[in-house]
Amino acid sequence: MASDFIIIGGGLVGSALSHGLLKAGASVTILDEGDVAFRASRGNFGLVWVQSKGDGMAEYAQWSRESSELWTSFAESLGDATGINVGHHRPGGLELCLEPEEYEAYETSIKRMHNQGGVSDNDRRMISGDEVRAMEPNVGPEVIGASFCPHDGIVNPLLTLRALHRIAASARADYRPDHRVERIIPEHGGFRVITRSGSFSAAKVILAAGNGSAALGADVGLTIPVGPERGHIIVTERTRPLFNHVLGQIRQTDEGTVMLGATKESVGFDTGFNPEMIRKVASNAVRKVPALKGLRMIRSWSALRIMSPDGFPVYQESDDHPGAYSISCHSGVTLAAVHALKLAPALLEPGFNTRFAAFSPRRFDVPETE
Amino acid sequence: MFQRLSDPMRKPVRFRFEDQEIEAREGDSVAAALLAAGIGSLKDAPVSGTARGPYCMMGVCFECLVEIDGAGHQQACLAPVRAGMEVRRQPAARDIGVPVGGDGR
Amino acid sequence: MSTERDVVVIGAGPAGSAAAAAAAGAGASVTVLDEQPEPGGQIYRNIESVERRRPADLSFLGAAYAHGASVVGAFRAVRTDYRPGATVWHIGALSKGKRRDVVVSRNGVSETISARHVVIATGALERPVPIPGWTLPGVMTVGAVQSALKNAGVYPSGKLVLAGSGPLMLQLAAQLIAAHVPIEAIVDTTPPGGLARAFFHLPHAFIGGETLLKGLQLRRAVLKSGVPIYSGASHLAAHGEGKLSSLSFTSAGADHQIDADVVALHEGVIPNTQLSRLVDADHRWNDVQRCFHPVIDQWGETTVAGVYVAGDGGGIAGGLAAERSGRITGLAIARRLGLLGDSARDLVVEEQRLRRFIDSAIRGFLDRYYPAPDWIGSVADDVVLCRCEEVTAGQLREAMAHGCSGPNQAKSFLRCGMGPCQGRMCANSVTEVMAAGSGTAPGEVGSFRIRPPAKPVTLAEVASLDAS
Repeated sequence: MASDFIIIGGGLVGSALSHGLLKAGASVTILDEGDVAFRASRGNFGLVWVQSKGDGMAEYAQWSRESSELWTSFAESLGDATGINVGHHRPGGLELCLEPEEYEAYETSIKRMHNQGGVSDNDRRMISGDEVRAMEPNVGPEVIGASFCPHDGIVNPLLTLRALHRIAASARADYRPDHRVERIIPEHGGFRVITRSGSFSAAKVILAAGNGSAALGADVGLTIPVGPERGHIIVTERTRPLFNHVLGQIRQTDEGTVMLGATKESVGFDTGFNPEMIRKVASNAVRKVPALKGLRMIRSWSALRIMSPDGFPVYQESDDHPGAYSISCHSGVTLAAVHALKLAPALLEPGFNTRFAAFSPRRFDVPETE
Repeated sequence: MFQRLSDPMRKPVRFRFEDQEIEAREGDSVAAALLAAGIGSLKDAPVSGTARGPYCMMGVCFECLVEIDGAGHQQACLAPVRAGMEVRRQPAARDIGVPVGGDGR
Repeated sequence: MSTERDVVVIGAGPAGSAAAAAAAGAGASVTVLDEQPEPGGQIYRNIESVERRRPADLSFLGAAYAHGASVVGAFRAVRTDYRPGATVWHIGALSKGKRRDVVVSRNGVSETISARHVVIATGALERPVPIPGWTLPGVMTVGAVQSALKNAGVYPSGKLVLAGSGPLMLQLAAQLIAAHVPIEAIVDTTPPGGLARAFFHLPHAFIGGETLLKGLQLRRAVLKSGVPIYSGASHLAAHGEGKLSSLSFTSAGADHQIDADVVALHEGVIPNTQLSRLVDADHRWNDVQRCFHPVIDQWGETTVAGVYVAGDGGGIAGGLAAERSGRITGLAIARRLGLLGDSARDLVVEEQRLRRFIDSAIRGFLDRYYPAPDWIGSVADDVVLCRCEEVTAGQLREAMAHGCSGPNQAKSFLRCGMGPCQGRMCANSVTEVMAAGSGTAPGEVGSFRIRPPAKPVTLAEVASLDAS
């Protein structure tokens, strides 16, 4: 039996899209690679983050802000539907600066975004070290300042995913774990998607498999220029609440553990452990919040972000095979609300590429020389 | 709870647990010394806060976690007693830093 | 700035100290890292202090323990860079120069040692016994009571009940009786018919005849003591408000509840695989002992080049066998370093293999006489499996119903294994419950992926680490 949509990828992007499609009455099949309904929690801080988004693309600044605004009611609706409290808070966020260069870089970014128009800088502003410490008594003396944005927040990504999956199940979505997609075959009236465990047909297919999408894109005329960027994360033992706002790289969970990031490496698909990165994460954290010094690291790991060359999302409907879409981004949590509430409905209408022109991968095409 | 066998050769070592003075012997682990002093619970469980006591006495169960001289998360069964040590129970969540209202989590 | 060594040995028990002595004796540069303040591991814990300061205690701790003096003495006689109070928290990947980093924390400072060969000799731990109420203060392991005795000469003074099955429990009972420590009761969960079960392994056990004889002597001492023994016991549960007050169980068709201030549980010993998992070595499930052990070759090398396991960590075989394994691994490494020829190595190794064969000959018999418990997979829903995060068997089964197909998914879903003990207390039980619940073999179910740090370490130490 064919569905209206096959979504390849059951992570935060695929699940959010399925939510929106199901709400609009479409029938959905979700093909997930492993039993990985819980894989998104590995690398994800659960930041619903606005302040650093869209320097160089006003549409992305707008899109992130829109999602942040919608998240509160989105979280409520997930709670109402499933009884799961996804832990959404929106107290505002701080990116702390230890070095003058960092401070200047943020300051310059704010100015640039201000000049972009639209939502401009999303109310992001620089504050002094003393102002930071007044807001956050546990921030230490080495912090010289920070960029603050009142719209930043957090959510529990695992619970969000669980809620989305539960809603999908109640809406009778066909969720298939352990169905790694091998090929997509365009056929008359739609697409046939071949997995290890059987084939599925649908009128439309969405590639939302993160770093796994790129290989499949070729089957349906989609170029998906995303690649892996590695980040190392540390999780600590539990401690009492330390912060009034959300700190960008120091994220205290609801349980009281503290997650620390955020490094960047280009090492392909290698999720090995690099002690130097862990040292950097820990060093940054204790410089910013000296009280963390005596706290124990319980676990550390590396995970892969999905990165486009400019870091902005890539959304596209295939020209060669209309009805095939690629939806990729590294902010699956922040954008979950707009993915469910704005992007998903757009998949049911014509004109997708016009609507999301700014996010087209054509922006990476090298202009032809004369 | 626990008692000492006859022990004529070892020197006494005095330290404090919470506000109690404990007399141990040189070479005791902190956990063994506290058990001998009748103290059966050293920490609170992280989720429910209920009292926990040492289970393995060899460093794998982490139920004997205490704070020693201000440093938390010390395994009492591996730490040898030292004169003048200040030992405190480990609460369910470490109490580092300054308490805040905490909407940042 | 990191130190360079030929060999890093982790653990100074019988296996580690023998490996270190063998390698160092052949001329290798060896660092020995051990968590405790004295060598001897768990089996010979504090033997040096006991000999020096509490020699009278040797009379009840027994000859098997006293043997540790010569083991530790042999270790002290060889020059190694021995560092007590040291906790290894990471073992790195092989570098281009065929070295591995070992990251170790000692006195609040972390350091990196670069080694050509790493020997994991961290031994075993008691199988965690998830009975109802096992998290109450006063519920401990048999090994815990024994450690308190060895380390500090302290013993449970109230009503003490030994509950479980296995040679270690027998040994503790005999030690306590010899020390005139009153035991309220022994609740023996060994299923009846032991001799019938183990019958075919008895002839082989006679090869280690001395051990068999010693076991019989211990048994006789316990039976003579007059301590009440409840045999064929099952359905153990600990009760109490805020701390232990009684133990209930079934035995000989009747339900019992006895007052207890301390219950010492024991259901066998299993390899400590934390470090062998950390390096991603292959592991195999042993269906008789019901536990995972690393896959190792005749030299003790795991499937990870240059990383070896010696002693009980590679499979439970006892303290004497551990000495032999340690020596074999130490010599194998010395050969690989070019410090010995094949024949010099083989001369000693052949003899050590023979001795080990004898020392572990009783194993087959013991493993069947005292079988691994078969009830862990079906514990009641309200029993806590993960002590650190207070995750129950029921919650794990619910997660399985929602699609969790393995321990690592359970970890993400439930935080099971994410607490400070990093899965040491729940891994075995989680595998059992998931295997029983899904009808999959435990070997297929697998176990937690272990990531650094191998033991929790402060952020301050991590921040000041000088990685090479």
